Amino acid sequence: MPKAAPGSWTRQRSSSIGERAVELGLAGCSLVSIFVTIGIVVVLVHEAGVFFADVPLGDFFGGTTWTPQFDPAHYGVWPLVAGTLLTSGIAMLVALPFGLLAAIYLSEYAAPRTRRMLKPALELLAGIPTIVYGFFALTVVTPALKNVFPELGIFNALSPGIVMGVMIIPMISSLSEDAIYAVPDSLREAAYGLGSGKLPAIIRVIVPSAWSGIAASITLAISRAIGETMILAIAAGQSTEMRLDPREQTETMTGYIVRIAKGDVPTGTVSYNSIFAVGLLLFTMTLVMNVISYRLSRKLRARNRT
Amino acid sequence: MKGSEDVAAWLRGRQGVWTERVFVWVARFAVFAPLAMLAWLLGNVFIDGASRIDWDFITGLPSRHAHKAGIYPALMGSLWLITLTAVIALPLGVATAVYLEEYGRTSRLAGIIEVAIANLAGVPSIIYGMLGLGVFVRFAGLGPSVIAGALTLALLVLPIVIMATREALRTVRDSLREAALALGATRWRTTWHVVLPMSIPGILTGAILAVSRAIGETAPLVLVGAVAAIRFAPDGVDSPYGALPMQIYKWTSVPNKDLRTNAAAAIVVLVIVLLLLNSVAIWLRNRYQKRAY
Amino acid sequence: MPEAMQPSRHVGLALLVLATAAAPACSKKKDEGKTGTDTGDKGSDTKGSDTKGSDKKAGPASGGVVKVDGSSTVLLISEAVAEEFDNAGMGQATVAESGTGGGLQKFCRGEIDVANASRPIKSTEAEACKAAGIEFIELPIAYDGLAVVVNPGLDFVEHLTVDELKKMWEPDSKINNWKQVREGFPDKELHLYGAGTDSGTYDYFTQAIVGKEHSSRGNYTASEDDNVLVEGVAGDAGALGFFGYAYYIANKDALKVVPIDDGKDDTGKGPILPTIETVSNGTYQPLSRPLFIYVSVKSLERGSVKSFVDFYLEQAAALSEEVKYIPLPAAAYDLVKKRFEARTVGSAFAGGSQVGVTIEKLLASEGK
Repeated sequence: MPKAAPGSWTRQRSSSIGERAVELGLAGCSLVSIFVTIGIVVVLVHEAGVFFADVPLGDFFGGTTWTPQFDPAHYGVWPLVAGTLLTSGIAMLVALPFGLLAAIYLSEYAAPRTRRMLKPALELLAGIPTIVYGFFALTVVTPALKNVFPELGIFNALSPGIVMGVMIIPMISSLSEDAIYAVPDSLREAAYGLGSGKLPAIIRVIVPSAWSGIAASITLAISRAIGETMILAIAAGQSTEMRLDPREQTETMTGYIVRIAKGDVPTGTVSYNSIFAVGLLLFTMTLVMNVISYRLSRKLRARNRT
Repeated sequence: MKGSEDVAAWLRGRQGVWTERVFVWVARFAVFAPLAMLAWLLGNVFIDGASRIDWDFITGLPSRHAHKAGIYPALMGSLWLITLTAVIALPLGVATAVYLEEYGRTSRLAGIIEVAIANLAGVPSIIYGMLGLGVFVRFAGLGPSVIAGALTLALLVLPIVIMATREALRTVRDSLREAALALGATRWRTTWHVVLPMSIPGILTGAILAVSRAIGETAPLVLVGAVAAIRFAPDGVDSPYGALPMQIYKWTSVPNKDLRTNAAAAIVVLVIVLLLLNSVAIWLRNRYQKRAY
Repeated sequence: MPEAMQPSRHVGLALLVLATAAAPACSKKKDEGKTGTDTGDKGSDTKGSDTKGSDKKAGPASGGVVKVDGSSTVLLISEAVAEEFDNAGMGQATVAESGTGGGLQKFCRGEIDVANASRPIKSTEAEACKAAGIEFIELPIAYDGLAVVVNPGLDFVEHLTVDELKKMWEPDSKINNWKQVREGFPDKELHLYGAGTDSGTYDYFTQAIVGKEHSSRGNYTASEDDNVLVEGVAGDAGALGFFGYAYYIANKDALKVVPIDDGKDDTGKGPILPTIETVSNGTYQPLSRPLFIYVSVKSLERGSVKSFVDFYLEQAAALSEEVKYIPLPAAAYDLVKKRFEARTVGSAFAGGSQVGVTIEKLLASEGK
């Protein structure tokens, strides 16, 4: 509550015009996101349309060889999709458990001073430039992993996947931790009052109560993993065939897009426009995933609203 | 509904003391293992590059001669970029989140915007580069200027700010809002005087994650015209510019091996800048974060 | 309950923080002092003056910053030129790295003054320029030799012929062992390393070796970053790879370069090693490729652009050698300078890589 006499500022009524203006202003700001989405869709659809004028959808979704820069060219997109799913899967396998456990530890077990030091330290992981991670994966992690997996190629999916996972940890840990920390003490005390131990209280009461925030952080993290570009462009390699072995080189949808966009391929060619088709597919995939996650979280949130 | 006896039993669970001990150790590992990897990474870089850093390096111009090469234009370019990006993205993102949470919680439009934002969070950064090129550089006629780069990056980090702010707003119990409204406050005054101050910690988390993301990006900047070799710092929002990650990338891909040391040194500088920025936000966050009862 | 916080106070604090961060960026006057002349002093005390014969006393011509963009291969040379241009106090040039395709696109939209290209302009790109009313002058400025290297442990490899390379690299090639390459080679796995399929290096290599652009097998280790390829070949016992001469020279202790025999006596008999001489005089064939800059005629109306290109052609020989590329022969540079002076527009390469033809022959043959 404000220090001044309660109600002094609340009693100042701004005119309803003022209120409406504020509301319109805020609404205007939020429309920016819609415009950006529309802008991206327009750009992608327009350019991908040029691509699909030359390459039938059947080739795109039907083939498992991706060689648009070769002559003759093959446009089966599945190798790139496989690469994306493989590396993102590895990243989430790392980020999810570490992130959640770290969030719980920092919020429930760590002393306040420890928490104040460790949380920013973890957030530093999010700030290392992705090219640095890429080189780290290529020049340090891959050789180190070779000791465990001798057949590991110089380019592979395992090394960037792990590094990407570590990079994403703070997204899950920091946002989840905020959510868990904000769960009111009254809930905790209620649980203990009923005889609960600390761990059961966490698992059964606190985490579910913070679930909205945790789910949002996971969604953000998965999106980040799928959309990550440079780490994979540097350390994963290039690939024309579908590969599911993480020890072999692979290429993700994002890595391909960045490679061609920065390369020497002439713009306006089918070869170049393939990046828009891939971009559109990626966009659609994340859209479907986000709609599903939105539906799910709405259901859960409806249950948990106090 | 469970009776209170059942609830108590359910809460006590079947775990014993040992389960909890193991859990705590596993959780500790979850915190320290990534930090160990970070230390490994930074240690590597620091050993390679720290010795190269001196005042001349920070204020010097790039050069093909490794011992002369400095990072001043790239460093300034990056600072300009993130400052402008933050100034654009933070108010816009907080405003969007406030609208979605305080004014439009149940509307269908808000639902659509929410999905749109989550989707935008996953769009690869290079697509934002293409959007920036088409809209800001070409259509709006801003050319390859630092403001076009900052606008592009602001769009890129906007979803992060929005999602973090929304979560922060959600942690404020409705009972507080209702109390303010009951005392006669309007919606906006409730938001500005009650809800937002309590959300500052979460908003700062979002700001930290957003700035961290922006400072490390390379791919979209290449498309909107950030320059790989530049010998002057930006002299206005319409100026050409370079960026530190681009300089780092260039120095690692040229044949001249001496420049690798410079690249490592530049990485150290970038990490230090990031640490400084984050520290301010973290200090602010610690001041405002108190556990609600 | 948390204490009340007046939001306005903390908005103020936040703005103060931002202002502090922006302060170094706002010190315009200091920046202006930082460019050009300050470090001109630093520049001239290195080993020997690089700006041989240029006029150090002339100030910058008018017309503003020169915008250069394009290939990351040619970037190294253009960047060196920009550095010396600045050190001589003659003006500023920025060099970006959008790739040859991206750079030519921006060029044909009038967004940049000079395009760096590691391959000749394609006919579709030339059409786009024409449609936009952009006339260009094509100026070869250096050679890049593509070195074929193998792991140093492969002592049985004395030389290779173009036909053998073709067998290894052509599409659907089944060669995965050295013994399949030539009679008498031991049984050792063959691993291939090379440029990515989007790069000009790859285009040129496939044109030169396989005979057709974009035509190669798919299962090799590809990378944009030649430093990675260097490490790959150096660390893999059965490896063979190709990349720019500059990267070979920088790492020659870790690699073994292979002389190439193209089977044509008029371009040097027998297997030839890539060296500055052999690439420059046209005997290291077919793996020598020219590097270009494309200059917009419209941009030349600005004095700064004209003086930059003049400076570039003056310095190209010395600087390209410094960054480990291969200068054209002096006679070729004369032809290029004459071409620039005459403002000859259009491309001599008819939209495709021309393998095996030297610059002089080509420039001389198209009767400017």
